[in-house]
Amino acid sequence: MTAQTYNFLPALPEMFMLGMICLILVIDLFLSERSRVVTYLLSQATLVGTFALTLSLYGTQPEQTFNGMFINDLMGLLLKLATLIATFMVLAYSRSYLREHQMFSGEFFVLGLAAVLGMMVMISAHHFVPLYLGLELLSLSLYAMVAMQRDSVAASEAAMKYFVLGAMASAMLLYGMSMIYGATASLNLGDINIAVQSGRPDDLVLVFGLVFVMVGVAFKLGAVPFHMWVPDVYHGAPTAVTLFVSSAPKIAAFAMLMRLLVDGLSGIYAQWHDILVVLAFLSMAIGNIVAIAQSNIKRMLAYSGISHMGFLMLGVIAGNSGGYASAMYYALVYVLMGLGGFGMVILLSRAGFEAERLDDFKGLNERSPWYAALMLFFMFSMAGVPPFLGFWAKLGVIQSLVATGHMPLAVAAVLFSVIGAFYYLRIVKLIYFDKPQTGEPIRASGELRLVLGVNGMAVLLLGIFPETVIALCKAAMGAV
Amino acid sequence: MFSNLPLLSLVIWTPIIGGLLVLVTGSERKGLDARVVALLVALLTFVLSLPLFSQFDSTSSAMQFVERSVWIDTFNVFYHLGVDGISMPLIVLTTFMTVIVVIAGWRVITYKKAQYMAAFLIMEGLMNGVFASLDAMLFYVLWEAMLIPMFIIIGIWGGERRVYATIKFFLYTFLGSVFMLVALLWLHSQTGSFAILDYHAARIGLNAQILIFLAFLIAFAVKVPMWPVHTWLPDAHVEAPTGGSVILAAIMLKLGAYGFLRFSLPITPDASHALDWLMITLSLVAVVYISFVALVQQDMKKLIAYSSIAHMGFVTLGFFIAFMIAGNTGSFKGTVMGIEGGMVQRVSHGFVSGAMVLCVGVLYDRMHSRQISDYGGVVNTMPKFAAFMVLFAMANAGLPGTSGFVGEFMVILSAFKANFWIAFFAATTLMLGAAYTLWMVKRVIYGKVSNHHVAELTDIDSREFLFLATLAVMVLLLGLWPAPLLEVMGATVDHLVEHITHSKL
Repeated sequence: MTAQTYNFLPALPEMFMLGMICLILVIDLFLSERSRVVTYLLSQATLVGTFALTLSLYGTQPEQTFNGMFINDLMGLLLKLATLIATFMVLAYSRSYLREHQMFSGEFFVLGLAAVLGMMVMISAHHFVPLYLGLELLSLSLYAMVAMQRDSVAASEAAMKYFVLGAMASAMLLYGMSMIYGATASLNLGDINIAVQSGRPDDLVLVFGLVFVMVGVAFKLGAVPFHMWVPDVYHGAPTAVTLFVSSAPKIAAFAMLMRLLVDGLSGIYAQWHDILVVLAFLSMAIGNIVAIAQSNIKRMLAYSGISHMGFLMLGVIAGNSGGYASAMYYALVYVLMGLGGFGMVILLSRAGFEAERLDDFKGLNERSPWYAALMLFFMFSMAGVPPFLGFWAKLGVIQSLVATGHMPLAVAAVLFSVIGAFYYLRIVKLIYFDKPQTGEPIRASGELRLVLGVNGMAVLLLGIFPETVIALCKAAMGAV
Repeated sequence: MFSNLPLLSLVIWTPIIGGLLVLVTGSERKGLDARVVALLVALLTFVLSLPLFSQFDSTSSAMQFVERSVWIDTFNVFYHLGVDGISMPLIVLTTFMTVIVVIAGWRVITYKKAQYMAAFLIMEGLMNGVFASLDAMLFYVLWEAMLIPMFIIIGIWGGERRVYATIKFFLYTFLGSVFMLVALLWLHSQTGSFAILDYHAARIGLNAQILIFLAFLIAFAVKVPMWPVHTWLPDAHVEAPTGGSVILAAIMLKLGAYGFLRFSLPITPDASHALDWLMITLSLVAVVYISFVALVQQDMKKLIAYSSIAHMGFVTLGFFIAFMIAGNTGSFKGTVMGIEGGMVQRVSHGFVSGAMVLCVGVLYDRMHSRQISDYGGVVNTMPKFAAFMVLFAMANAGLPGTSGFVGEFMVILSAFKANFWIAFFAATTLMLGAAYTLWMVKRVIYGKVSNHHVAELTDIDSREFLFLATLAVMVLLLGLWPAPLLEVMGATVDHLVEHITHSKL
């Protein structure tokens, strides 16, 4: 067999990232505690560099490389860019938090970057093997990050739970993949798609595999009934890690959903459609209703995230390119809103104090009208009230449901969004209508203030001018 | 000189940007007084809205002052504004009432003044936008966005049970609106457009029409509010600060009625016809039953809230009686009066209920009580105030010569054409309305000075005189000479009646 030369260009950003991770790992060894900031800056520079490299691929034709294992298309490209932006914001948000909580160490950044690499591989995977590799790289990094605060019992418990359940989900996914391999004799998503479309493979085996694959995907998304880990991990993990777990990985999970179901198994749409309907409905119901009972904001946002994943799946249920585009838009919007929500928790937290009770938000308007307004933006955006960003995301998925005749589901979705509005309103109530429990002024580093302000304004301004992002999502899904 | 200006955009964005300006400049420490800035912005907006009235071509039923540009291309959403005789008076009413509200809150609001003023200004812009938008999605965005400032206003500056009231207010309205959203999206999927005027022209089957009508009904009935989804209003009304109640009573309730005229009637005329019995029944229940409820209220603001529901029942009755007249006589001739009556009632109620709420506010600022039983003999200590209060109460009861009479009279007249009993029940409002309003006035204003708190009352100052007198002038003007208002509406209503005559089936 002759040695093949591959086209490395489409994977250049990933390679750069990998190189930088190794470099940072080494450099960090030689840094003293005081100059640890170099690691932070290098990590941010890595993200920026990878962003630039990824952006340079913009406008190129979709192409596959490494024997069709790796695909570089517009959807993957945009999702990678979003992942990088989200991670950049996460690091900027968490810098002062990490310092105050004695977590400002090289491991945090290296693990974070490794997780990003995993996500990028997942997003571009066109084959079961890289998909699984990316997923594991992401998951293992996250398990370690959750457990980083060694002395915290809650964090250790969360990490343990996350690890055990995550490992199980991965096993399910792997099992499902093997079934699909059995039915189609291929691991390549493109080949699988052709095989499934042809109708030759045994339906029973294929659907059997599909169910297990769906379990794995639903776990990663945090969809009901595979959501148990979400509140515990979000709650137990240090807020900076929660911020990370709740943001960029959702984009990757969405990519996994798209790659598996749409790129690989679109031939059995009827089967996965039904599964998704159940998952989406339950996620919206359980997420929104249970969130009402929470008194811890991280748990509340966790359940709110579960319900958002339900909404996201609605777009995929629609089963056409418009629907996929709306789901992709939802994923991006959710990440931006979620970053803001957890970012506020970081803002209010101080050394040795996690502002994670709802009551910690009381009277925020008295302490700082500006931050109160930002939190108002995030909450109304999550509730789907215009003119904020979240409204357009909900509008998009509901519109694609209506357009494809899923009327009952659309009505259920709007009803659940009304139920959901209640607990977001409660936060606004705490901020604006209640008296503060502490008169302490809010101290925040300039960096945190800046990124929070940008995030809040993005939620408002992208809500008033949503055209660009929606158009990009539609272009990515070929629905212009 | 105004013809080249994008007037509608100006009346929408001036207050919104002005509101942000108030927020930025009006922090507690620094110099600029938020109230002065807010008043200037409100006055400017009012002045900008006047050419809408003076330059309005009342012979045309087409949309005027139209602005149109692409907003969200991928969703086919346009920034499309325009007004006709239905919406234009409401915009002027909004800008007018906002000035009043700013003045009314001048001394009363001491906590977070800048935020209070800014919330009202931003809401003014959003409400103007709702009345002016010709794109369904733009309409919906503004319609929902409007809830946010109101939620904040009731919640921060409201009374004791404000949190309960404001969350109830928000969730009720939100629940109503989302059904409208689904209906709009369905219409979009059928016509490929979000333009309201395209929907007017769209042909829709009866079953679909009925579903759409019901979806709209939920949204608008909550807003009007119609019985039995009215329960949020007394709560919100009582707990809201005076300014908030004024806007609620004078403008927000009109949005529901406006929605019927802009959406329900023209988009689903056949469903409106098929379900006119439902609408007429609900309206009559509001008129009769709610009037009785108003009769037993102990709280003045609650009484006004129930009276508002009853009066809005007249508005919806006027709109839907048209179909019954057409059914009886076989033609839509003579239905114009009912719809016009409803529209006059809408504007008149804006002034009257706003004025009544302000009167209660004046008393509340002095006594910190809204209970009727805490008052008595106010006329002895506040003669000027008593004169105004009695005038507005008369208008609320529909006394000829005041604006309250014109609309009610027109609706009752046209109701006679439809059915004697409907007219009979509608006319009971003249009795019941007089009963609950005047009985309240009797207990509050007249009689002996009931306690030493009342004895210590001071009469209204020049600021209060200013806004009460302005409203009194408007109430009398509209009552004695409603012609300009009717003229402005005339062509549009004729066109609307013409439009709903043609079945869409």
